[in-house]
Amino acid sequence: MALTQERVEQRLRERFPTVSIERLTGPAMRDWTLVVPGDSLVEVCTFLRDDPELEFAMLSWMGGVDCLPRVPRFETVYNLLSLSNSLRFTLKVRLPEENPRVPTVTGVWPTANWHERETYDFYGIEFTGHPDLTRILLPEDWIGWPLRKDSPLGYEEVAFTHNSPNREVPRPALKKLAPKKVKYRAQ
Amino acid sequence: MADPRETNPFRTLAPAPAAAPDPGLVQPRTEEENIREEIEKGILFTKVESVVHWAVNNARANSIWPLSFGLACCAIEMMAIAGPRFDVSRFGAEVYRGSPRQADLMIVAGRVSIKMAPVIRQLYEQMPDPKWVIAMGACSSCGGVFNNYAILQGVDKIVPVDVYIPGCPPRPEGLLYGILKLQEKILASKPELGPFPAKRRKGAA
Amino acid sequence: MTLNMGPQHPSTHGVLRVALELDGETIVGAKPIIGYLHTGMEKQAEYKTYTQSIPQTDRMDYISPMSNNLGFCLAAEKLLGIEPPARVQAIRVLLCELTRISSHCVWIGTHAIDIGALTVFWYSFREREKVLSIYDMVSGARMTSSYFRVGGLSMDIPEGFLERCEKFVDEMPAHVDEYENMLTKNPIWMARTKDVALLSAKDAVAWGVTGPSLRGSGVKYDLRRNEPYSGYDSYDFEIPVGRGVGDAYDRYQVRVAEMRESVKIAKQAIRRIRELGEKGPYRVHDFKYVLPPKEEVKTSMEALIHHFKIVAHGFFPPVGEAYSVVEAPKGELGFYFISDGTPRPWRMKVRSPSFINLQALPLMIQGRLIADVIAAIGSIDIVLGEVDR
Repeated sequence: MALTQERVEQRLRERFPTVSIERLTGPAMRDWTLVVPGDSLVEVCTFLRDDPELEFAMLSWMGGVDCLPRVPRFETVYNLLSLSNSLRFTLKVRLPEENPRVPTVTGVWPTANWHERETYDFYGIEFTGHPDLTRILLPEDWIGWPLRKDSPLGYEEVAFTHNSPNREVPRPALKKLAPKKVKYRAQ
Repeated sequence: MADPRETNPFRTLAPAPAAAPDPGLVQPRTEEENIREEIEKGILFTKVESVVHWAVNNARANSIWPLSFGLACCAIEMMAIAGPRFDVSRFGAEVYRGSPRQADLMIVAGRVSIKMAPVIRQLYEQMPDPKWVIAMGACSSCGGVFNNYAILQGVDKIVPVDVYIPGCPPRPEGLLYGILKLQEKILASKPELGPFPAKRRKGAA
Repeated sequence: MTLNMGPQHPSTHGVLRVALELDGETIVGAKPIIGYLHTGMEKQAEYKTYTQSIPQTDRMDYISPMSNNLGFCLAAEKLLGIEPPARVQAIRVLLCELTRISSHCVWIGTHAIDIGALTVFWYSFREREKVLSIYDMVSGARMTSSYFRVGGLSMDIPEGFLERCEKFVDEMPAHVDEYENMLTKNPIWMARTKDVALLSAKDAVAWGVTGPSLRGSGVKYDLRRNEPYSGYDSYDFEIPVGRGVGDAYDRYQVRVAEMRESVKIAKQAIRRIRELGEKGPYRVHDFKYVLPPKEEVKTSMEALIHHFKIVAHGFFPPVGEAYSVVEAPKGELGFYFISDGTPRPWRMKVRSPSFINLQALPLMIQGRLIADVIAAIGSIDIVLGEVDR
């Protein structure tokens, strides 16, 4: 019988009866998503990876979300893939606004290294135990966490005459650059 | 006393007129007089200078060596002009140099992110004179589709650009047209000959 | 000694910087430094409607733009809960397979150039030009086509499109034979790529590598077969897998075999489009999310209102999340949307294959020579636009 996501949740609840696991449901929640607390994240992930029935051997991706008006503000999302069962599963961890910290899963899946660096780069979420938590996509000396909802997009205003009063007036038609006798090679 | 004109070894070509000429009679011009007039006009020197400029400009225009510097999607169209369909060899520019020290032309093909901007500036400074820059595509001309925290709105904020080519990405024919326009610009410019040019271009370091 | 393979380098396929730690000429450690093409696409997507973000996706993996468009559209359609008609799915499959062929042509040309075989570049770019003229015909742009929309296509396919595609797929296998003639049994090629850039199956899975790089290491996982989308489960094709050694030669063979399989799938897709009608519906018939046809807009009041709402605001998806994947030529490309009910996504996360495959680079070149780094980077097939987004 093929493995289903319901079975995965059932196994998880059996194995971790004391951990508060919450299933997110909604009219358009298209993936099976469970919210787990940050402290038990590494244990849950190790179980999901090593259990012979579940075998979630690959961490497909990991990212962060900023849900600004909501408390807790941040979330980290982990999408797991079981190659042998062709099944996907999503885990989420909710993090508070001040000092968002979550243990790293690089010990479970080494691929999480760059994903966590990227999440740190964008949101400022710290991953305790990460071997090299530095900025990855933005310049090393960038200040700020650009993907947070209170960071601006940072665009440059398009210069129209109404919002740039000191703009230089365009000059009349420039003299032609090339004298008439210059020919294209093709001719 | 001997006539100094007879014994002076440095006597000039044209002998002094033997007698005062009749004011009413117009003397025919001698051969030597004509030559001297031509030399004094100095036409010969102007011709050499313009020939040299023409030769140097043509040589520079018809053998531009681009720096292989593709950043993003426009780089693929730049590779396409090196391909067989839009052959850039016919314009002499197929020799993409890997090192900026050997390149004339930097085609900034693609979006310039803030992290990449100091690198572009350093590469530009490493290129020897004469050098030109083509801003290929909308992103390097003015920021293009992306107007946000990460993209420099136009590479002309950091290097002086000679030709802007719009498009996203510009068709390879567009890039070839831009290279031809650059050739026109080179042919019409006054080449700086010699190792220490008198005037620097505005914006160059 | 630390050697910097800088952001400007003829062989790094874009602005990739690798800091190599060397002991003589052997590599003791490598650290890829990325971010030189970071474009802020994920942040920018939060300020644009779904349809406005489709051109952004073209510029991520700019060598295979239609696959990115498809990934985006599939994720948005999953969120909305709509599915386009079978004819649209067949057209999407056809264009995605042509995209795969053109992407592998670029890959083989640039990989061969890095290793030194210049001729293959001229040949493969000649084929790519044919695919680009097909894109031009169908969408108006050579590379950044933005042809797919959420719920279907932006325009119906023009006349003569299927004949053009047929002509291309009929002559493509001969060209793939040409490339193989030049490279597969070539002793220089084999010496440069066999046992170079090894990646074992266990490592590949642990490091999240997907796509031809994973299949080259012997793991038979292809999203078109294992998690089918857009009607792929009804097409007949093989999944090429490498010998299991996981070297650059394996990945080369997998990609060349994939080119042949793509030709097969494209032929089947063309036949299916002919069966379902050369002219027909090119969008879902649900006007809450998709623009109604112009004739209806001019006659029906509801269609006019829908058109106005969709153009002025964008469509309003339900509150929820969706993640959907496609098998892009580089690997598993996924888009994750969180929607809060407004026309602009709350979060768009792109799972880009090149970003993740590149992480495995230091493993592959440990203890090798500098020339192998070039072969390794070429064989993983990365696109910096996707790595940095």
